[in-house]
Amino acid sequence: MNFDYSDEQKALKDQARRFLSDVCAPQVVRAVLEDPGRDHDAALWSRIGAQGWCGAAIPEAYGGFAFGYVELCGLAEELGRAVAPVPFASSIYQFAEALLQAGSEAQKLALLPDVASGALIGTLAFSEGPGIMSAQRLATQFSNGALNGVKIPVTDGCAAQRAVVLARNDTGTGLYLVDLEGPGVSRRSLSSIDPTRGAAELRFDNAPAEPLPGDDGLAQLARIHDRTAVLLAFEQLGGADRALEMARDYALERYAFGRQIGSYQAIKHKLADVFVKNEVARANAYYGAWALAGDAPELPLAAAAARVAASEAYWFAAKENIQAHGGIGFTWEADCHFYYRRAGHLGLAIGGRREWQRRLTDRLEASMASEQAAGARAA
Amino acid sequence: MNFEDTPEEARYRAQVRTWIADNAPDLEGLSTQERRNWHPRHKEVARRWQARKADAGYACISWPQDWGGAGGTAIQEAIFNQEEARAGVQFTYFMTGLNMLLPALLEHNRDALSLARVPPAVRGEEIWCQLFSEPASGSDSAGIRCTATRDGDDWVINGQKVWNSGAHVADYGMLVARTDPDLPKHKGMTVFWLDMKTPGLEVRPIRVMSGEAELNEVFLDEVRIPDAQRVGEVNGGWKVVISTLMNERAALGSGTGLSWRDVMQLAGSTPDGDGTVLQDPAFREWLADYYVRVEAVRLLSFRTLTSLSRGETPGPESSAGKLLWSNNTQEMTGHALDLQDHFGLLDGDEALAGGAFQHRFLWAPGLRLGGGTDEIMKNIIAERVLGLPGDIRVDKHVPFREIPHGR
Repeated sequence: MNFDYSDEQKALKDQARRFLSDVCAPQVVRAVLEDPGRDHDAALWSRIGAQGWCGAAIPEAYGGFAFGYVELCGLAEELGRAVAPVPFASSIYQFAEALLQAGSEAQKLALLPDVASGALIGTLAFSEGPGIMSAQRLATQFSNGALNGVKIPVTDGCAAQRAVVLARNDTGTGLYLVDLEGPGVSRRSLSSIDPTRGAAELRFDNAPAEPLPGDDGLAQLARIHDRTAVLLAFEQLGGADRALEMARDYALERYAFGRQIGSYQAIKHKLADVFVKNEVARANAYYGAWALAGDAPELPLAAAAARVAASEAYWFAAKENIQAHGGIGFTWEADCHFYYRRAGHLGLAIGGRREWQRRLTDRLEASMASEQAAGARAA
Repeated sequence: MNFEDTPEEARYRAQVRTWIADNAPDLEGLSTQERRNWHPRHKEVARRWQARKADAGYACISWPQDWGGAGGTAIQEAIFNQEEARAGVQFTYFMTGLNMLLPALLEHNRDALSLARVPPAVRGEEIWCQLFSEPASGSDSAGIRCTATRDGDDWVINGQKVWNSGAHVADYGMLVARTDPDLPKHKGMTVFWLDMKTPGLEVRPIRVMSGEAELNEVFLDEVRIPDAQRVGEVNGGWKVVISTLMNERAALGSGTGLSWRDVMQLAGSTPDGDGTVLQDPAFREWLADYYVRVEAVRLLSFRTLTSLSRGETPGPESSAGKLLWSNNTQEMTGHALDLQDHFGLLDGDEALAGGAFQHRFLWAPGLRLGGGTDEIMKNIIAERVLGLPGDIRVDKHVPFREIPHGR
């Protein structure tokens, strides 16, 4: 029983926090936000790559550093805290996980070493339009070694060199590896609520593509996204904790009616509510980390719970942080909107709240059915 | 991060699970009425179970042996409690005494008279109640007006207590009284223990909105007790009160009662259109949100266990568990009734699940009030976890007798 990071994991997190406070101060985030020509900070990305973080959970056989998944969760928490404007989530929680979970040995050997060093940025392309994705509406088609269709939006679609793409084929659905710098691919950058995370449209016109093994792309995607969900939950938790700290600090320095606004119960109770939601997110995220690290059978349930709790917590913390700041919190100049934007972005990437709530309840039903079956066997 | 028992903990869990299975009392012989808390037959079952646990070394597991405990670890005690709850044989009668009051008594008093109260409490032969709150002293727990006046070797107590859970069946109580109204309010209080049959003490049950009467008023009229029954220093009662209240909050946050499984079963058996409520996307979305909050209570208890296993005291962040648990319960009961539509208003023999959801629906408001209200828990989080300033207190540095008060 240990509801905590180990001492070594804490040391890694502390080191990451110090590193990010040096190289990813708020003005670094702001510079990307304010430059329409940039959707991430390439210099920051290479510094992060040089720290070895990209390979934190990639096995040594594929060029990674194999610190472990709980370590990666700790790094995610710090990256989320810093609202780092880098394609870490796309490349590591999605693209690398797609290869690790669904890729062939040759694909892993060919690509993962460069992903682990940060030299190669990858992403995962699945959405095609408004609404929860379904097999019926999936239009992107793979046939004769090539892809045709449009993916929108794709996070880091412009920054990435490779993508794993969900598409239908003659018999069902599959995942396909595409060189985004190769023929048949056109892409454009799209405006989004969080300009510090790039959004793109990818258009495939007979783009050469290589299948990942497996014959059920949607099911593979769901398994990959369970893992992504846990890691994103830590980014969300880090952001939510930071938003609460900002609100607390402001409540201590701002005076109204002759006292610190943090001495009024209207503010104290609001921030206590934020704290409780963050605790709910932390508890579920930690359980998710444990399930992810041990590949436990509880992972699908724990991942969905981590995601639902973290999306709610970050949204609540980010909006109440602005509220606690008053008018200044609503200005472009204040940093509060970084967190509000990122909370919105992360809450929608890999599927929004309703999708994950439904998925969680599906899994609760499955879990109760298996408990009952086990009970019946025991009796 | 690890949510599994160590091999040693797993062995202990297996051992107690077997022992509980072999020794647990059978409630089958009791009627539905008799199975309710505080029913004499229910209480009798609880007493016998407590004595059996004491004989086997499973009562007060983490207490030192010279206190009458088993000299085990806090983790072992927590594991036993989990297994007891799992087997449905956890009773509340002895918790106030054993979890809150007697540890405070033993911390301060080592005299023979006080020590003699411990073994019968451990065996469930004597029940204890808390006599702290007053009509004018609820959340303002240092605002007590009940007085204790020194008279030779005795103290004479006058005043009124309220919200005293189990006082109507308790054998002993721990009471806090004002001993010096010329000192500021936190500084002029003293704690005593007393026999609930002491002349001048009268217990009157309070009927709460759900119909139960396990809470009481206690009136004290010239109640005379010896100075030997004082707990801690004269005017040093606040320290004793605080340690018992922190124990209460840690214990209350542990979570019991109906689970997400019960609501899911209810939804699965309630018709909705051509299917069941369980198929309604709005219900499914709500259930997901509810689940992550109840799951958080379960998981946060592991953090408490982690602190205990390191020999640390759980911090003020455990207030979050109490807030969550009480609010989760109330919200769930509201939903459970609503999903039954018009039929949800029935709470008698016709009601689904024997009326368990309706009973909890009417009981839930009390969960958000007892053991520290929502508002007090939020103050604790804001001040002690987040470091925000305390409220401006007009009553802090003035003699108690000068503090304005209402009715």
